[in-house]
Amino acid sequence: MPLPPFQRFLDEQRDPVWRFLVAAVGRDAADDCFQETFLSALQAYPRLRHGEHLRAWVLTIASRKAIDHHRARRRAAVPVGAPPEVATPASEVADEETWRLVRELPARQRAVLLLRYAGDLPHRDVGAALGCSEEASRQAAREGLRRLRDQIGAR
Amino acid sequence: MTTIPPPIPPRDAQAAAAAAARFAAAAPADVRYAELETPVGVVVAVITRKGLARLDYEDWFGGLDAVLEDVAARLSPRILRGGAALDPVARELDEYFAGRRRTFDLPIDWTLVPAFGRRVLRATARIPYGEVATYGEVAARAGSPHGARAAGNALGANPVPIVVPCHRVVRAGGGLGGYTGGIERKQRLLAVERGEQALFG
Repeated sequence: MPLPPFQRFLDEQRDPVWRFLVAAVGRDAADDCFQETFLSALQAYPRLRHGEHLRAWVLTIASRKAIDHHRARRRAAVPVGAPPEVATPASEVADEETWRLVRELPARQRAVLLLRYAGDLPHRDVGAALGCSEEASRQAAREGLRRLRDQIGAR
Repeated sequence: MTTIPPPIPPRDAQAAAAAAARFAAAAPADVRYAELETPVGVVVAVITRKGLARLDYEDWFGGLDAVLEDVAARLSPRILRGGAALDPVARELDEYFAGRRRTFDLPIDWTLVPAFGRRVLRATARIPYGEVATYGEVAARAGSPHGARAAGNALGANPVPIVVPCHRVVRAGGGLGGYTGGIERKQRLLAVERGEQALFG
């Protein structure tokens, strides 16, 4: 498949990238990471030789932006008290809380759950993006979901 | 327990669309495009930093996707929709079809046109508004006195019709010759230049 015009790539990938970033860094930081993700993608785009696996490719970039965001936040002075919250529909609060728990999981489980369920990437591509096998990706997802269930059930 | 329900992804298509629109408006694309309504149908305008690279009749070239795929392969895939740089294209076309503009001031990106084609199209651009020249005359002005057929091919490959007025090139015997976009459009463009606005209601 030839490389599509960037606008079409943006139209096709904006939803999974947005969902991935809201899950990975939260709603407040998602837009900055989104802009940086697609800017990096635009710069690197002509070096791609074909249009395969574009979702895995852009989600890999988004993962790096999310990691950069968390690193920068750890370096910055942490204000006392809760950060300001953007108004969110009540039905989504529970999901946001779940994703906050996902962000606290061990790195592999966190990455797999974000890519698979927020980024809507198949396990085969999740494995490729993380440099592990499809089975290892499934295994990490199972472990991560089990741990989540235990945490949610414990409260 | 056999299955564990996965977390539900944040549903926020509007926010994603807004973020993508913010990105597209400001990002450093190599190519920007717009679909423009004209009295001779929708045209796809494609500009680069050098100028107007393409003006394709959408129904003639296979639609927007076909135009953009061709541009992605031949110019750059860093293509985004819209942007203020396209405003002069829309404005000059509007003025032309309203009969208020006789020559276009838009810079042209000639990257996709080989050397002979450029000479033919530059000679074509000098045919005055409302007048016509023959294929042989244009070939001669392009430095190829016996190249009427080659000039016809170069005009058929004109990437920026209307702006480079290949509709002003006709057959020596009085026939209209061919036109990228169909002969009916050639007739209409020549009618515009004769001041026959009423034809197009």
